[in-house]
Amino acid sequence: MTNDGASPKLTYAQIDQTVLDTLRPATRPYWITIALLFLGVLLGAACWLYQIFSGIGVGGQNNPVAWGTYLINFVFWVGIAHSGTLISAILHLFRAGWRNPIARAAETMTVFAVCTAGLFPFIHLGRVWVVFYMLPYPTQRGLWPNFLSPLMFDVIAISTYLIVSSLFWYTGMLPDLATVRDRSEGLRKKIFTILSLGWTGEHEHWRHFSRTYLFFAALATPLVISVHSVVSWDFALGVVPGWHTTIFAPYFVAGAIHSGLAMVLTLMIPLRKIFHYEKIITLSVLENVAKTIIFTGLIVAFAYSTEYFMAWYSHNVVELETFRWRAVGDYSLQFWIMVTCNTVIPLLFFFKKIRTTIVWLFIISLIVNIGMWFERFVIIIGSVAHDFIPHAWGLYAPTAIEFGIMLGSFCLFFFLFVLFVKHLPSVSMTEIKETAHAGENHGG
Amino acid sequence: MTPNAICTPPHDHDTYRWSMVVDLDKCIGCSACTAACYAENNIGVAGLEQVLKGREMSWLRVERYLDSDYPEKTTFLPMLCQHCDNAPCEAVCPVYAPHHSKEGLNNQIYNRCIGTRFCSQNCPYKVRRFNWFTWETPSPLNLQLNPDVTARSKGVMEKCSFCIQRIKFAHGIAKDENRPVRDGEIQPACLQSCPTGALIFGNLMDPGSRVRKLAADPRAYQVLGYLNTKPAVIYLKKVLPEI
Ligand code: SF4
Ligand code: SF4
Repeated sequence: MTNDGASPKLTYAQIDQTVLDTLRPATRPYWITIALLFLGVLLGAACWLYQIFSGIGVGGQNNPVAWGTYLINFVFWVGIAHSGTLISAILHLFRAGWRNPIARAAETMTVFAVCTAGLFPFIHLGRVWVVFYMLPYPTQRGLWPNFLSPLMFDVIAISTYLIVSSLFWYTGMLPDLATVRDRSEGLRKKIFTILSLGWTGEHEHWRHFSRTYLFFAALATPLVISVHSVVSWDFALGVVPGWHTTIFAPYFVAGAIHSGLAMVLTLMIPLRKIFHYEKIITLSVLENVAKTIIFTGLIVAFAYSTEYFMAWYSHNVVELETFRWRAVGDYSLQFWIMVTCNTVIPLLFFFKKIRTTIVWLFIISLIVNIGMWFERFVIIIGSVAHDFIPHAWGLYAPTAIEFGIMLGSFCLFFFLFVLFVKHLPSVSMTEIKETAHAGENHGG
Repeated sequence: MTPNAICTPPHDHDTYRWSMVVDLDKCIGCSACTAACYAENNIGVAGLEQVLKGREMSWLRVERYLDSDYPEKTTFLPMLCQHCDNAPCEAVCPVYAPHHSKEGLNNQIYNRCIGTRFCSQNCPYKVRRFNWFTWETPSPLNLQLNPDVTARSKGVMEKCSFCIQRIKFAHGIAKDENRPVRDGEIQPACLQSCPTGALIFGNLMDPGSRVRKLAADPRAYQVLGYLNTKPAVIYLKKVLPEI
């Protein structure tokens, strides 16, 4: 309901101009960045190919830790994917006007992060060439996938999320695509004519548009909750101590939003600097994101302490040992990185000075990203490394191949994102105008 | 579609439920069982470097438990797939590669395995072994490979099968002679090589079988039985003099 999303001083033409300026022909540094990122993607792909031909053993996984960085990265990227829809859908339903300037970029982040995340289960597989066994196709032998397996839940949840969030992203962009079409010529005009699906901006179009957008928001909202709940069941439905807890679904959803919001800051701060979006993505927008991070950080802190309380309360020796070892054992460094980065450092945002200083916002957002990566490390690696049978305990460390693939995944994500900001409107002109006009967004 | 087609079917055993009893009082920790298992089941030899990385392939390991008060006293516990009736490894596989036979065996279907390794993560006994690479059998080792056992290549999971090839063999003979499989007729490789007779194999459904009688022994217990995995491997506790 607030009007702090955009400066009312901007006229419609200025808004259009600011956004359209970002689509001007790119400069040399831009193409160099693109080339470097693409090289990173190639490097990751090469590592993966090498792994396919040699065997999963080129990674560091072993017995008992058969899941390594691939699944850490999978959960990490799915987590990142969350805030986009939170910001674009849930905050839209709540009429939080401050989300308008960052909704488009956040939604894009979602789509690309889901794509990146979706690669990791494939990279992880021992025999990726027979992955189609997971599809429910009719076979002569009557074989069927096991719908009791949380991995099948994942397939369904992630693909649904990808489809809905891409459609939502594209639908929201329609009026803006038409704006670009109207202000361009040549090949670009042709492309945007096709992309904008014949949008003319007549009253009827707007009516359908706002309805559709609202319905998509309502459809995407439960998905935000469901996807990471499903991912958490990969662990919670197992028997392993440290995985097998009922708190996992809400804990993972809160963690996902925590990391996603941090990634929003990480992306938005350079974006507004490079593209001169300061008047649109104002400091108070970033400040609101920071305030939400305090809240999600507190939920995550509560989840951490609940796990300890439950371990103590259960009097189960294995559970107690798992959690004792987590804090003081071989991976205690990772554990304390996780606790500090996710729960203690975001509290600094309580200070107005810190949450309104760009540098601090950027640094803390990076720290939260790192902390959330280590949270997945602690859960995925730490739990199986030290479970029921002491004789089977073991440790794990990622190898260069795994780091190569991880670097590749980050490059892929940023590659897509950097391509996006230069070729599609990265801020929703429509929504900014609505905010500027009425102090409220559309759809109501 | 019947409900069984989408859910794990319930396990009923009518005639056979294969089971193994391990008498910890008799086990001397010689590891002959492990060696025999390697030879019988064509288990990959990973080599020193890989073993140090935690990639030993043995289906059967002999765990050692030391008593810190009496360092000279060691308890050996041979650990192998427990062929759980309520197997955590089966439920989590997206493609049903671990499959429960009607004789109570937890069969691993190599051809079906796509290598998610979820089963291994969820096995509380950590007895599953993954083929991190296609292991080599340099000559002349290739000459000792057992033709009755499938060779595995990189990317699939494997684990103790209770020497299913020997079970099938006994079934074949019994069928020819038109009779049920007799107690003691099946000898898994580990049992056959155990010098002290610490391992006993048989049919739990047969009231006269040795395993059935030993299962009623007051020393009998199941490892991590409280998890309700319903293991088919029953251990007989080591009796210590001072207890
Ligand atoms: S011991 Fe492990 S691998 Fe064997 S049936 Fe039980 S859960 Fe599965
Ligand atoms: S062969 Fe027999 S005595 Fe030797 S370790 Fe195995 S079970 Fe124990």
